[in-house]
Amino acid sequence: MSRRWTPRRARRWLPGLLLVSPSIVAIGLFVYGLIFWNTRVAVSGRHDEITPYGFDKGKNFVDLWDEPSWPPAVRHALLFTAVFVGGALLLGAFLAFLMEKGVKAEAGFRAIYLFPMAISFIASGVVWRWLMNPAPPERAVGLNQLFGRVGLDALANDWWQHQRWGMAAMALPAIWQMSGYVMALYLAGFRAVPEDLREAARVDGASEWKVYRHVVIPQLRPVTLSALIILGHISLKVFDLIMAIAGKQIITYVPAIATYVEVFDSHDPANGATIATYLLLAVALLVIPYLVWSVRSDRRDRA
Amino acid sequence: MRGRWKALAAATLAGVLAVSGCGGGDDGGGDASQVEVFSWWTGPGEADGLAAMQAHFEKANPGTKFVNAAVAGGSGTQAKAVLASRLQNRKPPDSFQGHAGAELLDYIKAGQIEPLDSFYEDNNLKQAYPQQLLEQISYQGKIYSVPVNIHRSNMLWYNPKILEDAGIDGPPKTIAEFITALKAVDDKTDKVPLSLGIQWTADHLLENVLLGDLGTDAYNALWKPGADWSSPAVTKALTDFAEIMKYTTQESASSEWQDAAKAVVDGKAAFNIMGDWVYGYYVNPGPNGLGKKLDTDFKYAAAPGTDGTYMWLSDSFTLPRNAPHRGGALAWLKVAGSKEGQDLFNPKKGSIPARKDADKSLYKGYLEYALNEWTSPDTKLAGSFWHGVYASNKWHTDIDTAVGLFLQNKDVAKLQQSLVAAAKNSAQ
Repeated sequence: MSRRWTPRRARRWLPGLLLVSPSIVAIGLFVYGLIFWNTRVAVSGRHDEITPYGFDKGKNFVDLWDEPSWPPAVRHALLFTAVFVGGALLLGAFLAFLMEKGVKAEAGFRAIYLFPMAISFIASGVVWRWLMNPAPPERAVGLNQLFGRVGLDALANDWWQHQRWGMAAMALPAIWQMSGYVMALYLAGFRAVPEDLREAARVDGASEWKVYRHVVIPQLRPVTLSALIILGHISLKVFDLIMAIAGKQIITYVPAIATYVEVFDSHDPANGATIATYLLLAVALLVIPYLVWSVRSDRRDRA
Repeated sequence: MRGRWKALAAATLAGVLAVSGCGGGDDGGGDASQVEVFSWWTGPGEADGLAAMQAHFEKANPGTKFVNAAVAGGSGTQAKAVLASRLQNRKPPDSFQGHAGAELLDYIKAGQIEPLDSFYEDNNLKQAYPQQLLEQISYQGKIYSVPVNIHRSNMLWYNPKILEDAGIDGPPKTIAEFITALKAVDDKTDKVPLSLGIQWTADHLLENVLLGDLGTDAYNALWKPGADWSSPAVTKALTDFAEIMKYTTQESASSEWQDAAKAVVDGKAAFNIMGDWVYGYYVNPGPNGLGKKLDTDFKYAAAPGTDGTYMWLSDSFTLPRNAPHRGGALAWLKVAGSKEGQDLFNPKKGSIPARKDADKSLYKGYLEYALNEWTSPDTKLAGSFWHGVYASNKWHTDIDTAVGLFLQNKDVAKLQQSLVAAAKNSAQ
């Protein structure tokens, strides 16, 4: 025990600890404490507000799949995630590429593409609800009416009310809203590739396409991964956008809405907590590998 | 500096003592120093009605401070979420609004609200309300809330001009006639036969088709323990429901009930089935109403096959267990259950009193018709499942899910299976 506690040593770590301790306590209580409590309710038999909690060995996690509304909710979430994450990544990367190639008034365009992010899903949802109205030509409003006016009737469609692919349309507002953010991430990524590297490749006779293919894009991998994680977790938790556009309807049911309905409409805390736990697991599946990877590459960089 | 802190602490303490001292007005019925009334009456009309009742309450109870704890948003959805957390934290308001009937079951089973039978006895309320109403809101023989108003679910709203164009004379009397009329509108005009809104309005339509096809007694029996949802009669009703759904619009899911109702007075749709809150929306001046005229712009009738039956829903007030100001709460319930209170509230809200002895001169237009129907001894009562009378919260959600899935797959057999399962899971 050579490391005896002395006031002098304490002076080195104590202020730091005191500084972060309120947030440690707050996070411990309000994040991890509540995660613990949620899991506790999820494995309990509390399907109304009077049954004692008890423990039912995770029966809820199996039974949930028999709830008629759950499989569609999962299917919707997956479809939404695929279209939204893919769409926002591609569009964001494309916009960043255009910026990178140098457009006039870049700052102006950057602001325009980023603006949608400043609007809440609830507000933009109200507008998109009107834009994506599937009424037939004689009553058409929104985008369908616009298509009709310019003679593109073939493009008019059922949007989010399409039986099978509706959730893909639901991803459009989300793509619109988040692609500017992805663009900003990619733009930073592009700018971080040193001009020397590109010059070197060009001197070696690489075409502009090959410079991107072999020099720039490989260096964007960390950015892509971060964007994927950020978009992925937004997408799995999506709630407000769908509430604003469609409300609590089966046609656009997703897990977060199912949680709300189970807890507040159906008064079934255990089912609500079970869905919340599934959501947490799904997000953890995305985030934990990313954390492991980033800690490792951090260490590698230091070594 | 230190002296100032001491002064502040002393002042705070004095304040606390003064406030707790106020709680002394105990008259056996509990603390009546104030009453916190929790509702979702924040919209036009209903908020005015509540204010009128509040003024009446304050005059009758000068010693009691009235605290209006209304929560806006989502026609009660928001308020119910707030209420649920307050009840969980054992911080109930002194009285809260709830749809009378099975919607209160979760609160009853959790012991969060008290039975009010002795309150009914003390205030002679059992004679004041229709007997069928009291039967339909009782749980295991006890009454748990005081109904303030009555709305009617089984109403058909139609555009007389479009009916004329389609060669239909008068509103359809039965479900079969209704389907014929919808077909006529579809064939002979370019209008929408039946306007519909988002998913819950399909639930609302379903309860009306069930009532119209099965008749009042069979419909009422569906909500009793052990009811048979797999009967051929229910199959027939659901088949009719599926048929009627064919005459609705593609864009229903993006319309609120207001949009659907508006389509009728705008001359875009022939029929709409929705509760009688539509009437206020039609005739009230803007910005909250459309300023339309009865008979020229629209007409109404009982939903097909349901004439003579009043499918009712009701806002009511409760007495939470451990209400902090029990005396105030009881005084409030007394006003809510009184003839004066209900006659002040309902003309403003656009509903009728739940009591039989209302002052008829106050109710004009549709409300006069509604009140006559409500108080007529020949009228049969049926509870609206969608609006909280017959189905507990869980059952309600299960039916909503079944209907939502049906709107996707249009499979009547599956719909019936899910309804059978929902009834079995929620045996009350």
